[in-house]
Amino acid sequence: MNNYPALIVIAPLLAALFAGLAVWIKERLSYPIALIGLAVSAFSAFKVLMQVIDSGTIQYRMAGWAPPMGIEYRIDLLNAMVLLLVSGIAFLNLLASCKSVDQEVNDRAGSFYTIYLLFVTGLLGVTATGDLFNLYVLIEITSLTSYAMVALGDRDRGPLASLNYVFIGVIGASFYLLGVGYLYLKTGSLNMVDVANILSGIHGSSTVLVAFILCMIGIWIKMALFPMHVWLPNAYSYSPIAFARVVAPLMTKVMVYVMIRLMITVFGFDYIFESLSLADAVVWLATIAILAGAVMALSQKNLKKMLTYIIVCEIGYMVGGAWMGNQLGMTGAILHILNDALMTFALFLVVGNMVYKLKTVDLVDLKGLFGKMPWTMAGFVLAALSIIGVPPTCGFFSKWYLILGAFEAGAYHFAAALIISSLICAVLFFKVFEICFFEPMPEEHGHMDSHSHAVIEEAPVSMLIVSGLVSLSLIVAGLYSGTIVNTIILPFLK
Amino acid sequence: METIISIKPLLAVLVSLFVIPVLVSSSSKPNVRESWIFVAGIIKLVLVLSMLPVILDGKQIALTLFEIAPGASIAFRVDGLGMLFAIVAASLYIVTSIYSIGYMRGLNEHGQTRFVSFFALAISATIGAAFSANLLTLYLFYEILSLATYPLVAHHQDEKSRISGRRYLTFILGTSIALVLPAMIYCYHVTGTLEFSTAGIFADQLSKPAATVLLLMFVFGFAKAGIMPFHSWLPAAMVAPTPVSALLHAVAVVKVGVFSIVRVMTGIFGVDLLAHFNLGVVVMTIASITILVGSCIALSQDELKRRLAYSTISQLSYIIFGVALLSPQGLLGGVIHIVMHAFGKITLFFCAGAIYVATGKKYISQMSGLGKKMPFTFAAFFIGAMGVIGLPPSGGFYSKWNLILGTLEAQQTIFMLVLLVSSFLNAFYFLPIVYKGFFGKSEEEDGNAPVKIAEANLCLVIPLMITAIISIVLFFYPTVFVNLIKVGLGI
Repeated sequence: MNNYPALIVIAPLLAALFAGLAVWIKERLSYPIALIGLAVSAFSAFKVLMQVIDSGTIQYRMAGWAPPMGIEYRIDLLNAMVLLLVSGIAFLNLLASCKSVDQEVNDRAGSFYTIYLLFVTGLLGVTATGDLFNLYVLIEITSLTSYAMVALGDRDRGPLASLNYVFIGVIGASFYLLGVGYLYLKTGSLNMVDVANILSGIHGSSTVLVAFILCMIGIWIKMALFPMHVWLPNAYSYSPIAFARVVAPLMTKVMVYVMIRLMITVFGFDYIFESLSLADAVVWLATIAILAGAVMALSQKNLKKMLTYIIVCEIGYMVGGAWMGNQLGMTGAILHILNDALMTFALFLVVGNMVYKLKTVDLVDLKGLFGKMPWTMAGFVLAALSIIGVPPTCGFFSKWYLILGAFEAGAYHFAAALIISSLICAVLFFKVFEICFFEPMPEEHGHMDSHSHAVIEEAPVSMLIVSGLVSLSLIVAGLYSGTIVNTIILPFLK
Repeated sequence: METIISIKPLLAVLVSLFVIPVLVSSSSKPNVRESWIFVAGIIKLVLVLSMLPVILDGKQIALTLFEIAPGASIAFRVDGLGMLFAIVAASLYIVTSIYSIGYMRGLNEHGQTRFVSFFALAISATIGAAFSANLLTLYLFYEILSLATYPLVAHHQDEKSRISGRRYLTFILGTSIALVLPAMIYCYHVTGTLEFSTAGIFADQLSKPAATVLLLMFVFGFAKAGIMPFHSWLPAAMVAPTPVSALLHAVAVVKVGVFSIVRVMTGIFGVDLLAHFNLGVVVMTIASITILVGSCIALSQDELKRRLAYSTISQLSYIIFGVALLSPQGLLGGVIHIVMHAFGKITLFFCAGAIYVATGKKYISQMSGLGKKMPFTFAAFFIGAMGVIGLPPSGGFYSKWNLILGTLEAQQTIFMLVLLVSSFLNAFYFLPIVYKGFFGKSEEEDGNAPVKIAEANLCLVIPLMITAIISIVLFFYPTVFVNLIKVGLGI
């Protein structure tokens, strides 16, 4: 028994502590501390994933207390994958963040890194834990830290967006907590596996039904499933870009993970798809979410805002896939957790590069950007193609599984929504490309001929390297999606 | 059938991809950059040709790269059909590269490095499509090709190219996502495989209505083939520099569309299934409409490149038409038209570009008398036109001949009329250009002053002579291609 599972969560927590203390000693120290914390965490997550692939689920008892009394970390293939994803993205983002944090929140850099680490700790804990109440606490840690982060961002609109986020976030958390309360009432346990065992005998109970519905609604609010998404676009687009880059790809995806965890581990497929007849309605809701998200994205005039609506749209993909009730749909949903996290991360990294150079990313400000920031734009094109779903980028392959699942379940409306949203995303991104490609850069001094000798003014190398690597990883993840499905997802679903 | 595992198809695809960084890094030295293009182009052609003897032997060369799901992998399989297409694309790429130097430098175009880089990417994708072992791989390269050609179409970066580029993508990307993607996934859902095989992949899972819908989704979805009503991107794409119109919009892009439809008809559905459901006639009707309407519209165009574009639309449907005959002779005539039309049409485009570079003229009405100044160009134009009309001694005759025999063989005499009428129309819209070129009076001509020959530069004239000559040679020696089709389709 080794301590890697604990280390994944403890390392960033301790780092948060020290990074906070460093503010009083020497603020410049907090960045390397944060970096080390997340590096350790990502390394441990990698070790744990390898271990789980080799020898199956790991059960780790916090401080040696046995469940159901003690808190248990239970790491199987699914959360091992998500843990690596979260810690990896958080680490890479931090690598790219140094310059943009200096630029955006330089007077509060120490607090930024501290909150950042706490946020990541929360996400990792949510992913690792096997305890329902612990899950609630950790969700609240991530939420509280994101409220703070949003308020740190845009000085005019950040606080209001944050307040909005607080109200809705608290409602979501209350729903979930209430659901857990009902479950505790009925089963007397909070350990997921334990609860699942007890539940399997009492499927008909209306208390369980209420608990299930409350939990789901709470999680949906937290993941911004349409029409419970209204907090997301403002919160994400007014937070500091270095935080937006990590919250956009991770927060919603981890919540999707929680939903899948509750569906598979706690309530069980038999209960959800045989005792209840909710699945059709949820798939319809997901269909509407996809279309609504795509259409709302279409009407945005700011690139960051546009991307946040694409997140709303992608949430629909995963919810729909998970509720399809067959293995292909679930495979698609889980694969999309990975792929969408990478795609969104790549997109927000690119936006980060643009913000660093241009300050604003209103679409009209992006004129002539292919000439000015060719490397950034190359990354942008790759990420956009992945969202559209052009092979061999990874976005195509999760769509492939999702559509197959929809065909198998006969949910043709969902398949149609996926296709339509691909088309809308194509329109969306090519609209941006057109602005960047055709319209000459606004000239401040002197005239020059429209697009022959654009001066290259790129973002700092650290940001470019990370954004380039992540964009390339979209192709790698796409080409190896067969391997990912065969070594992680299918064994997990068996 | 014997299958050899080899990395050659992958190399043939990758070679022009790997050369792109080199092209970009040598962007300040045009001569160095251009010589790299030829190095890559020649290596590619040699790689392709080195596989030819094996394929002619009736064997196949295969390579699986990534297994995505059972029955759906990213894999190459070189057979006769793919070989035929790859030879055409790889050899014409070299010729076009010579031409493109003359054209781009002659007009002093901007962004030449970007231009040659995306050109290389496009040709990589074309070869990839030719060598695809299954529908998934084909779709992948089809999409890459659509995207790689967008910056080429929109090269001028002005308002006109913006609108054309938009139309280009809307039609090509839109149809492939909206129609081909669901149809492909449905095929996989029903059969669990997407591998091409001459017997088709369906056993008896499809009813006739389902098969019809699916086939139509493919036929219209591969909009690069220019089947009406999804054709109007092609005339719009003529805003691109002429080398793009020549190689991509007469050979690579449009023929990837046709090739994909041919693959789906022969490799996914299989000739027997189509014949069983009597779907050949449906496709043939659609193709006939495109053939006739395309030719009629071509007649009314005054801009030379647009006339050529409509002519291409109608000629592409010959290929679909031939395959839809579902008889050996029809298949042969249809598929070999990929080759014959490629050499004929690229010659015509080369001529249009040469005329534009030398005189700045784009409209047919301005071109009378020009043949006296540019005799080589107009002679080549004549040969290219003969190829498209289908007159001996040009390669085009061979494919038309087989197509007509095919209609007889399949007892579709009415459809034979379509071919004959279209040939007349072709003659009507091409021959007057040649006639007026040589015998008409040019605007600035005064009396009997001796005409000075003013051809475009050699980089432009040599390629068009080469393709014109090959187009005649193909009339006498079509054997290699005929054999490739025979081993490829087992006829």
